Amino acid sequence: MGKHVLVIEDEPNIIEAISFILSRDGWTVDTHSNGHDAVDVVLSKTPDLVILDVMLPGRSGYDILTDLRERPETAGLPVLMLTARGQNKDREMAERLGASRFMTKPFSNADVLEALRELVPA
Amino acid sequence: MTATLNLLVVVCLGYVAFLFLVAFAAERAALRGRGGWLRSPIVYTLSLSIYCTAWTFYGAVGYAARSGLEFLTIYLGPTIVMVGWWWGLRKLVRIGRTQRVTSVADLISSRYGKSTLLAVFVTLIAVIGTTPYIALQLQSVTASFASIAQADPNAAPLEDTRQIALSVAVGLALFTILFGTRNLDANERHHGVVMAIAVEAVVKLFALMAVGVFVVWGLGGGVGATLARIDASALDHWQVDGTRWAGLTFLSAAAFLTLPRMFQVLVVENDDEQHLRTASWAFPVYLLLISLFVVPIAVVGLEIMPAGANPDQFVLTVPLAQGQDTLAMLSFLGGFSSATSMVIVAAIALATMVSNHIVMPIWLNLTGGGAVMSGDVRNVVIMARRVSIAGVLGLGYVYYQMSGGGAALAAIGLVSFAGVAQFLPALMGGIFWRGATRVGALVGLSLGFVLWVWCLLLPSFGAGVVIPEAVMAQGPLGIGWLRPQALFGIEGIDPLVHAIFWSMLFNTGGFIVASLLSFPTPLERLQGAQFVNVFQHSARPQNWAGGTAQSEDLMVMAQRILGPGEAQALFQDEAQRQGLVGYLPEPTPDFLALLEREMSGSVGAATAHAMVGQIMGAATVSVEDLLAVADETAQMMEYSSQLETKSEELARTARQLRAANEKLTQISVQKDAFLSQISHELRTPMTSIRAFSEILRDGGALDPEAQAKYAGIIHDEAIRLTRLLDDLLDLSVLENGQVNLNIRTGVLAEVIDHAVAATGVEHGPLKLHRRRANEEVMLETDMDRLAQVFINLIANAQKYCDAEAPELTIAVGSRDGQLLVDFIDNGSGIPRQAQSVVFEKFSRVSDQKAGGAGLGLAICREIMARLDGTISYLPGQSGAAFRVTLPLAQRLAAQ
Repeated sequence: MGKHVLVIEDEPNIIEAISFILSRDGWTVDTHSNGHDAVDVVLSKTPDLVILDVMLPGRSGYDILTDLRERPETAGLPVLMLTARGQNKDREMAERLGASRFMTKPFSNADVLEALRELVPA
Repeated sequence: MTATLNLLVVVCLGYVAFLFLVAFAAERAALRGRGGWLRSPIVYTLSLSIYCTAWTFYGAVGYAARSGLEFLTIYLGPTIVMVGWWWGLRKLVRIGRTQRVTSVADLISSRYGKSTLLAVFVTLIAVIGTTPYIALQLQSVTASFASIAQADPNAAPLEDTRQIALSVAVGLALFTILFGTRNLDANERHHGVVMAIAVEAVVKLFALMAVGVFVVWGLGGGVGATLARIDASALDHWQVDGTRWAGLTFLSAAAFLTLPRMFQVLVVENDDEQHLRTASWAFPVYLLLISLFVVPIAVVGLEIMPAGANPDQFVLTVPLAQGQDTLAMLSFLGGFSSATSMVIVAAIALATMVSNHIVMPIWLNLTGGGAVMSGDVRNVVIMARRVSIAGVLGLGYVYYQMSGGGAALAAIGLVSFAGVAQFLPALMGGIFWRGATRVGALVGLSLGFVLWVWCLLLPSFGAGVVIPEAVMAQGPLGIGWLRPQALFGIEGIDPLVHAIFWSMLFNTGGFIVASLLSFPTPLERLQGAQFVNVFQHSARPQNWAGGTAQSEDLMVMAQRILGPGEAQALFQDEAQRQGLVGYLPEPTPDFLALLEREMSGSVGAATAHAMVGQIMGAATVSVEDLLAVADETAQMMEYSSQLETKSEELARTARQLRAANEKLTQISVQKDAFLSQISHELRTPMTSIRAFSEILRDGGALDPEAQAKYAGIIHDEAIRLTRLLDDLLDLSVLENGQVNLNIRTGVLAEVIDHAVAATGVEHGPLKLHRRRANEEVMLETDMDRLAQVFINLIANAQKYCDAEAPELTIAVGSRDGQLLVDFIDNGSGIPRQAQSVVFEKFSRVSDQKAGGAGLGLAICREIMARLDGTISYLPGQSGAAFRVTLPLAQRLAAQ
C-alpha cells in the first residue's frame, strides 16, 4: 500500500489527469470536488498529503488551509496548493497561510510528482 | 514815418507765429519728458506776471497821470500777499494739488461738499466779472492800433476800429483753443501756454523798461533831471486818500488770489510747491521793475504831449511822437503781449469752469448719463472747452462793443477786481475754518454779488445807461437808502470804496452767520477737514512729540497685535538701547514711529497710527484716520471673503478629486479581478490539455481506450479555450460599441427555430413548450445577434435546469409598446442574492461545472442594449426566468 493522497479539485478533467499520474506512481488517490465539507473529508480520510485547489465551489482553498492549520491533528499535514490564478499575491497568500508547496496551473506532471516525493519521503 | 499799419500787422502776425513756435516746442519737450527746464521757478514766476495786463502796461501810466501814486496800490496788494502770506499760498497750492482742483469754482464747490450749485454760481460770477476785463484787453489793443495808425499819414484813417477788435478776438480764440485744449490732462496743466506767457512776460517787461529808459535818459535828461520834473509836476501834489489806498490795496490783494486766471497759474499750473519760495521774492521784484518807470513816463508824457492826449496811450504815443518807430513797435508788442497773455489764460480758466460746471452737467443730463460709459465723453469735454473759449471771447467782444470803448482802462479793471474779490470769504473761510458751510458760502456769495452788481457794475456803464439817473440820485422807487452809491444813507465815500465796503461786509457777515446757523453735511465735514488740515494729512508719518509716557499701555496693545513674544522683544531691545533696565522704554518719537511701523504690518498703517495716537493722547483721531481705518477693514473683509471663496473652491475640487480617485480605484480593482478571472478561465482548460498531452507523450502502458479518451479531453478543452476567446472578443467589441449590426426583416418564430436547432434541444432531455401562433411577429433587427441571445438562454436551461424532467417554456407577448419574449424553466431557479449579479462577467450561480466561462449573459446584456432592447431576470416564477424585450416600433404586423 502506497502513500495516501487526497485531491480536492472541482474540474473533472484535472481530477482525472492527477489521479492517473499519481496512481501510476504508486499513490493511493482519493478525490473530492467541493469546498464546504473538504475539511471533514480530510479529517475522516487522514491522507498523508493533500492537493488543494484554490477556487473551489462552496469554500475557497485558502479558508480550508487556514482551518487545517488551526487543527492540531492537521497542523503539520503536507499541503500542495494548486491555483489557476498565477499572480504573486496568490503565492504570498498561500505561503503565509502555511501551504507546504504552491504550484501554478498548468503544471508539469513530473514537477508534481517530484514535489510530492519531497513532501512525503517514502 | 515808416511805421505803416501794414508793417504793424506783419510784425503782429510774426510775433504770434513766434509764440506758436514757443508753445509748440514746449509741448513737444514736455511730451518727450524733457520738459524739466520748462518748470523752473523762474518760468512759474514769469507766468504769474499775467497779473500785469494791458491795463498795467498802458493803464498804469494813465492812472498815474490822473490820480498820482494811487496806481501803486495795484502792485502793493500782490506784493503783500507774496511776501507776507506765502505760507497761506502754500496751503492753497497744496490743497489744489492734493484735491486735484481745476479752477477756483472747483475748489470752492469741492470744499463745500462738491456742491454743483456753488460751482455754477462761482462760474457765473467769474464770467460776469472777467468779461469786462477781456473787453478791456481788446480795447487796449485796438486803441494801440489806432494810435499807430493816426501817426501814419500814409494810412487811410481807421474806418472801423471794431473790426480790429473782432479779428484780435478771433485770433486769440484760435490760439487759446489750439494750445488750451490740446489735451485733457487730469490736472489741467498747459506747458505750451505757460511757456508762451512766460516769454510774453519778458517781452512786456523789456518793452516797458525800454520806453522808460528812453524817457528818462532820452527825454528827461537823466535821473536827476527827471526827478526834478516829477517834483515840479502836479503829480506830486495829489493827496493820498487813506481809505481809498487801503481799499485798493485790499482789493488788489484779494483779486490776486481770486481772479480765475491768477488761480490758474498760481495753483492749477503749479508744478512744485518750492517754486513759491522763489516767486515770493522774484515776483515782487518783477512788479517793482514794471512799475519803476510809470511815473516818469506819465510826467514827461503830460509835459510833452499835446493837451487832451489820452495818457493811457503815453507808452506808445510818446516814442511815436519822438519818431522812435522801432521803440514804438517794441512798446506795441509789449502791450500786445500783456493783452494776449491775459486773455489766453483767462479764457482757459473760464472755459474750464464753464465746461466742467455748466456745459457738461447739462449735456450729461440730456444724454441721461449713458454716454459716460461710451468713449465719447472726452471729445465732448474738449468740444465744450472750445465752444466755451469762443463764447468767453465772444462775450468780451460784445461787452467791448456795448461799452463803446470809452471808459478809462483802470476803472474797468477795478470793477472786475471787485467782482471776483467776492470769492474771498468763501475761499479763505474754506481753507482755514472747519465750521464754514455750503449754505454760508452761498449766502455770502449771493449778498456780495448782488451788492457788487448794484453798487459797482451797473453804475460803471455810466449814469442813465443801465440804471436811470433818477434811481442813481433818489434810489429805486424813491427809496433813498438803496441808492447804488449811497447805501443806507452813507454818502460822501468814494464809489469804489463804498461798493467794496458794503459788498465785502455783507458777504463776510452773511457767510459767517449762515455758516454758524447751518449744519454741514457729512461730505462737507470730511472735505472741510481735508482742506483745513491739509498739511497734517498730506505729510505723514506724523510725530508724537510731547505725548505723555504710557509705555505699559503701549505694551499691552502691542502684545495684542504682535503677539507677546515679539512685542516683549521689541520693547526690551528699545529699553536696552535707551540704557534702561527692564522691559519698558521711554516712548520717544523714534520708538513710537518704529512701533507704528511694526504694527502696521498687522493692522494697516492708518489703524496703527490711530491706535498709537489714542494711547498717547497726543492727537484726536481725525475723520480721515477713521475713514482710512474703515477702508482697511473693508479691504480685510474683502480679502477674507475672497479666501473663504477660495477655500470653498479648493474643498470642492478636493471632493471631486477624491470621487475621481475612488472611481479609478474601483475600476482598477475591477480590472484586476477581471484579469484574474480570465487567467483562471484560460489556465483551467490548459491544465487539462498539458497534463493529458504529457501523459500521451510519455507513452508507457496506456490502453487504447484511455488513449482515445484522453485525446478527446484534449480536443474538447481546446474547443472550450477557443470559445472562451471568441466570447471575450465578442464582449469586448460589444462593450466598445464597435459592433456592426446587420439589420434585416424577419419573423420571430424563425429566429427561435434557429436557436432551438443550434442548441440541439430536440435530442436532449429538455422539453420545450412554444405557441407558434404568438411567434408570427415581423421583426426588423439583427437576426443573428437576437438568435445568439436566444441560444444562450436555451443553453443555460439545458445546463442548469435541475428538475428531474426539465422543461422550458418560451412565451411571447407585448406590453407598453414592447415585444416580450420570456424563457421560463421548471428548475429551482436562481437564488435571490445571485439574481442581481447574473449578468456580470464571470458570474456563476451554481456549483456544478457546466463548461461556461460565465460570459454568456454578460454578452446577452450587451447585445440587447445594442438592439435597443433589454434582457432581465424575471423573479417570482417557478424556475429560472429571463425576459427579453424589444421595442414594438420595430415590430411590423405579421402576414
